[in-house]
Amino acid sequence: MAEVDRRALPRPEIEEDSCKGCGRCAAACPRKCLRLKATMNRMGIKPVEYRGEGCIGCGICFYNCPEPYAIKVVKA
Amino acid sequence: MKTIEQKGMYPEFPRCGKEHARTTHYCPGCGHGIVNKLVAEACAELGLQDRTIFVDPVGCGVFTYYYWDAAHVSAAHGRASAAATGISRARPDAVTIAYQGDGDLGAIGFNNAFQAASRGEKFGCIFINNSLYGMTGGQMAPTTLEGEKTTTTPFGRDPALTGHPLHVCEVFNQLQAPVYIARVSVADTKRIMQCKLAIKRLFEIQRDHKGYAFLEILAPCPTNFGMNPLKAAEFCMREMEKEFPLKTFRDETLVHDEVVQGMPVKPDVIASEYLAVKPVPQFKDCMALFGMPDGTEAPMAEDDPSVPERRFKFAGYGGQGILSLGICVAEAARLEKRHALWFPSYGPEQRGGSANCSVVYSGMPIGSPTVEHPDVLVCMNRPSYDRFVGDVKKGGVVIVDSTVGEVAPPPEGVRLIKVPAIELAEKFGVPKAANTMMLAALRKYKVTGIDDKDLETALVASFKKKPQLVDKNRDLLRRAEATFK
Repeated sequence: MAEVDRRALPRPEIEEDSCKGCGRCAAACPRKCLRLKATMNRMGIKPVEYRGEGCIGCGICFYNCPEPYAIKVVKA
Repeated sequence: MKTIEQKGMYPEFPRCGKEHARTTHYCPGCGHGIVNKLVAEACAELGLQDRTIFVDPVGCGVFTYYYWDAAHVSAAHGRASAAATGISRARPDAVTIAYQGDGDLGAIGFNNAFQAASRGEKFGCIFINNSLYGMTGGQMAPTTLEGEKTTTTPFGRDPALTGHPLHVCEVFNQLQAPVYIARVSVADTKRIMQCKLAIKRLFEIQRDHKGYAFLEILAPCPTNFGMNPLKAAEFCMREMEKEFPLKTFRDETLVHDEVVQGMPVKPDVIASEYLAVKPVPQFKDCMALFGMPDGTEAPMAEDDPSVPERRFKFAGYGGQGILSLGICVAEAARLEKRHALWFPSYGPEQRGGSANCSVVYSGMPIGSPTVEHPDVLVCMNRPSYDRFVGDVKKGGVVIVDSTVGEVAPPPEGVRLIKVPAIELAEKFGVPKAANTMMLAALRKYKVTGIDDKDLETALVASFKKKPQLVDKNRDLLRRAEATFK
């Protein structure tokens, strides 16, 4: 199989310090490619992180997130 | 490159300093947050930002003027519909949207909203129903479900005493004038997408000046339900939708009713405990809420001029147990028959924002509960340390959680103690018990002037409602204390 350029794939971009760690995006993600991080952000909250693969760019995480700037989805 | 991101909001919110410039004041998992995003997006996507005037409520939604990039007017509590009436009449070209909660619209402002709907005023009303008063601490609202526990119905809402839930959409649906009435939810992805369409519809109706539109949105309130965000969303779907079915009650502007269809309710799985109605409480049951773990009454304060006033400040981010820790210390002082006051200070958010509380105890009656210059400062995060460390009295003590990292030294004559409270709590497998670890530190370093035994009794008393956690926390307290040098 040909090498895949990861930068061309859709992916969520997370602003860690804006995430409040509610976990709604992770639960709603149809591909389960988000999880809560083991380490804390500046506010003392464990933010969500991208597992690194699996994102299909559907934007469900963005719409489930109560915060405007915690997560966005970049499509190729 | 296409990006799915927030539209229609200011890039920074000058609400609470730089620390919170990119976050809202809502708790983690709040329904308001999701609705706020959809409203801003709909407004921006329809190109109505320069024409829209939002009328903001009093309640959790109060700060929308910091978020939505459009014009705003803040109304008095419950009066958003009245203010919107005036605005929509004075500025007929504007798109006027009132944003109200269920305490705001359903209780104090019901008549304002109802009469505006009855007159068919030319504005849209977004009504957030989370079944209780959120901002003030989870009191019963007219929309509270039967049997639902709130701070003012601690034994569950009893219809014999406080009536049945108010179905605002159904009531409004009796009126002639409204052109659009619907109820949607933001509990899961499918519902959020339906909500998005419904909000867009509301804006379109106002853009075209078709008449009064009313949209009720069921929103989870994890903090006041006492559930995590996912359970709260589930409660919203399973329980709230039984009482408040999702439906488009009326849409006289639409040929095909495809926006919101009523959805079948899934069988009851969760929250049976949350909804169980208990027998009508007696006076002694109510007193037990304030008394000692064994059911007896707490001792009354006795005057003792030899005990000087001692002031404490506890600070951190909401949800870390800061306020509970303060209560614990105040209760311990009360056990020693001291005059004691506990005074919380937090923003409208119950979790996620900065929170702090002041505790004062003294042998003599206390003049003021506020603490400007504490003898003891306890900080659970970095912003709290930076904010309060300069206020500590000479000879005082500052206890900080070691996750703050390298910090500026405290003022001269103030002792700084770093305690790995969060780390220890995680090591012991109870991450929520970081405040118990802090209590252990307070006890170990003898900074409270309160007897060790009373601090422990107060800790036990604080878990009165969760007896299964008593032994665990007592054990954690001792284990933590043993690790401190």
